[in-house]
Amino acid sequence: MDKQRPLFEKGGKLESLYYAFEAGETFLFSPNHTTGIKGAQVKDAIDLKRMMITVVVALIPCLIFGIYNTGHQYLLATGGTIGLWDNFADKFSTGAILVLPIVLVAYAAGGMVEAVFAVIRKHPINEGFLVTGMLIPLVVPATTPLWQVALATVFAVVIAKEVFGGTGMNILNVAMTARAFLYFAYPMQISGDQVWTYLGDKAAVDGFSGATALAVAYNAGVDGVPVTEALSTHNSVLGADLFSFSNLFMGWIPGSIGETSTLMALVGALILIGTGVASWKIIVSGFAGAYLMGFVMNLFAANEYMAMPPQYHWVMGGLAFGIVFMATDPVSASQTETGKWIYGLLIGVLTVIIRVTNPAYPEGIMLAVLFMNVFAPLIDYYVVKANKTRRLQRATV
Amino acid sequence: MSKIVKLKKGFDINLVGKAKQELSDFAAAQTYAIKPTDFIGFQRPKILVNEGDTVKAGTPILIDKAMDQIIFASPVSGEIIEIKRGDRRKLLEIKILADKSMTFQMSEKVDLVSIARDALAAKLAASGVWPNIIQRPFGIIANPADTPKAIFISGFDTHPLAPDYGFTLQGEERFLQAGIDTLAKLTSGKVHLNVDGSKPVPAVFSGIKNAQINQFSGPHPAGNVGIQIHHLDPVNKGEIAWTVSPVGVVQIGKFILEGIYDSSKIIAITGSEITKPTYVKTYSGANVSSFVKGNLNSGHVRVISGNVLTGEKINLEGFLGFYHSQVTVIPEGDYYEFLGWAKPTTEKLSYHRALGLLSFLTPKKEYVLDSNGRGEERAFVQTGVFESVTPMDILPMYLLKAILAEDFDEIEELGIYEIVEEDLALCEFVDVSKHPVQELIRKGIELIQYS
Repeated sequence: MDKQRPLFEKGGKLESLYYAFEAGETFLFSPNHTTGIKGAQVKDAIDLKRMMITVVVALIPCLIFGIYNTGHQYLLATGGTIGLWDNFADKFSTGAILVLPIVLVAYAAGGMVEAVFAVIRKHPINEGFLVTGMLIPLVVPATTPLWQVALATVFAVVIAKEVFGGTGMNILNVAMTARAFLYFAYPMQISGDQVWTYLGDKAAVDGFSGATALAVAYNAGVDGVPVTEALSTHNSVLGADLFSFSNLFMGWIPGSIGETSTLMALVGALILIGTGVASWKIIVSGFAGAYLMGFVMNLFAANEYMAMPPQYHWVMGGLAFGIVFMATDPVSASQTETGKWIYGLLIGVLTVIIRVTNPAYPEGIMLAVLFMNVFAPLIDYYVVKANKTRRLQRATV
Repeated sequence: MSKIVKLKKGFDINLVGKAKQELSDFAAAQTYAIKPTDFIGFQRPKILVNEGDTVKAGTPILIDKAMDQIIFASPVSGEIIEIKRGDRRKLLEIKILADKSMTFQMSEKVDLVSIARDALAAKLAASGVWPNIIQRPFGIIANPADTPKAIFISGFDTHPLAPDYGFTLQGEERFLQAGIDTLAKLTSGKVHLNVDGSKPVPAVFSGIKNAQINQFSGPHPAGNVGIQIHHLDPVNKGEIAWTVSPVGVVQIGKFILEGIYDSSKIIAITGSEITKPTYVKTYSGANVSSFVKGNLNSGHVRVISGNVLTGEKINLEGFLGFYHSQVTVIPEGDYYEFLGWAKPTTEKLSYHRALGLLSFLTPKKEYVLDSNGRGEERAFVQTGVFESVTPMDILPMYLLKAILAEDFDEIEELGIYEIVEEDLALCEFVDVSKHPVQELIRKGIELIQYS
């Protein structure tokens, strides 16, 4: 290491690539910097790399489940399987072939952008991308074209992060921005009923519908059928009760790769809260907000969707995944402790409002998170102002 | 009326190398030094002696032309052997070779009952003990012309491996009381003496009168006087409070009762690289080599005057800081570690559960920490951590961001008057993004102080 270092340092031949060298070096070896002459002489053993890798670890249950479920949904729709655990290897390999390239493309595209920006802007490569690169694949359907994944990743990393100065300076959650970009730029590939289940060359079973639970629930509201009934009769050609509450909770449903399973999101939440990386306040208040709003909707039930039991909001769509992994991004979330309660609560509330009342967007969590990202500084502003006011009032007493 | 305050926020850093409560006989230090850099806010030093002069303990050596009524006195009697300057002739150290036996500059004893307040302040300022009195806000040496609204003394130190005043001040009760009586005359308000509420009050403090005795308990920084002020009588804009360490109070008391500047104190020699962690009696500014050399476990060490959170790196031949009652020796951390950030380990100390997930199983475990920087500086990412180690109604991250942005109004409104570096030293330790928090705080204070 020390031998190559002079090449990259000021005056060296490869001076311009210093930060690329530095990223590689610090990834392999903890650096030999020591603390300064004055101030803290010892430092906590944690660093940003360790923190970010913890989030990646928390995402792995979602990823593995997503891979298996992608294969499962494929075989289910094409009539190749019925039981959850039949054809295990087949499902897993089908899923892996579909999902892993998306993960690789996201990491490669985003990593390249990071490296280029680090070299041009002369800042260290941000560890935050370790997480973003894993999040983006998990929030797109398995059928998304790879070039769209790459484009969305590049767009999000540049527009949502690097233009603000890199990790720590961004206003919006980077992965959510990538998804929103796809949603508005290429709606054909990320919305509707056709994209959630990979079919390959095979034809789907007669009478198969690729609709997600949210779409079924929304249509039930329009048609005036009780939502739970509509869910339980959905796709009855494939099997009974495919959208039962337990299946929704476990995640045996079509949807984006990593978000279908509420259980796996909760496992991730457990890891994040256990290690103290994510704020439990945001997670708890997020779920509470969704339940609360679902309950309020029940009170004013103008249609059947509004009358749906509130706990269904927890398990349908990407609410759990969004709250656990997206809302808790410390940079784009509220940064004061009081603010975190308000921020999480409003994400839950907004998600349900968007889901139930807006016909254009069946899933509300994406816009709710982005919307609250924008509002988080405002929440913080008032929390900080309250702190200042307390101090001022003390002075006059 | 005393107050009992229980604090929850904070973090105790348990290190290997706590000093055993006994006095050791090391060879006495030969040289002593006054370092103007110890005195924060010291502006224009003027040296009153030349190399080769002989001085007594208490002879004025140095003044700050910005506040020239306060003298900085020689801690020992002997000969000035070197006036060391650095870049651009910045004054670094004035070294004194000590005599075998100490002679003191004698001045009249002070009768506290009859002397006027201003005359008392002037006498103390000219004695050598005054620099022990620190002003809040800003943490600079107090101005004798000010009358503080209260004076605060923290009777315990919660820093890592800190000395136990209950042990080091044994036998000094008379001087402690005289010091407190003196301080009580200087303030228009009360003198607060804050003791550790989690233990029985040490004998040296239990008999103290003329002060309000408050109890604080909780993890570090419960012993920091700044935290205590925040909970007792916070400093608002335009107000002035003073703080003195118990060691300083004893020095003031000795001057009042005996008319001498006696800078002797018992210091703790601590840290994982010290073979025999112990206490030793010496004088302010002592050369630490006689206590440290020959008492080391390994060769590649960092010697710190003070504690690991707020101390200053010195070398094996370095001098004890004016305000320090502790020397800590830890391993130097200038090594690479393969995948050091990723390895699971129980040997590294972390406040964060992302690294120390199972550390709650061994709360009493003592760690060996070295001076490795543990990663590089990044933008602020993690939130809520600073707040959880700062038992004050202050938002450290917003304050630090305001300082980075040099937003004067924000810095002021977010509470810069209530803190000095040591109060947020834990933030620097736990910071995931490795900001130089204490340096930033001083920068913020200077922005406000000189604006």
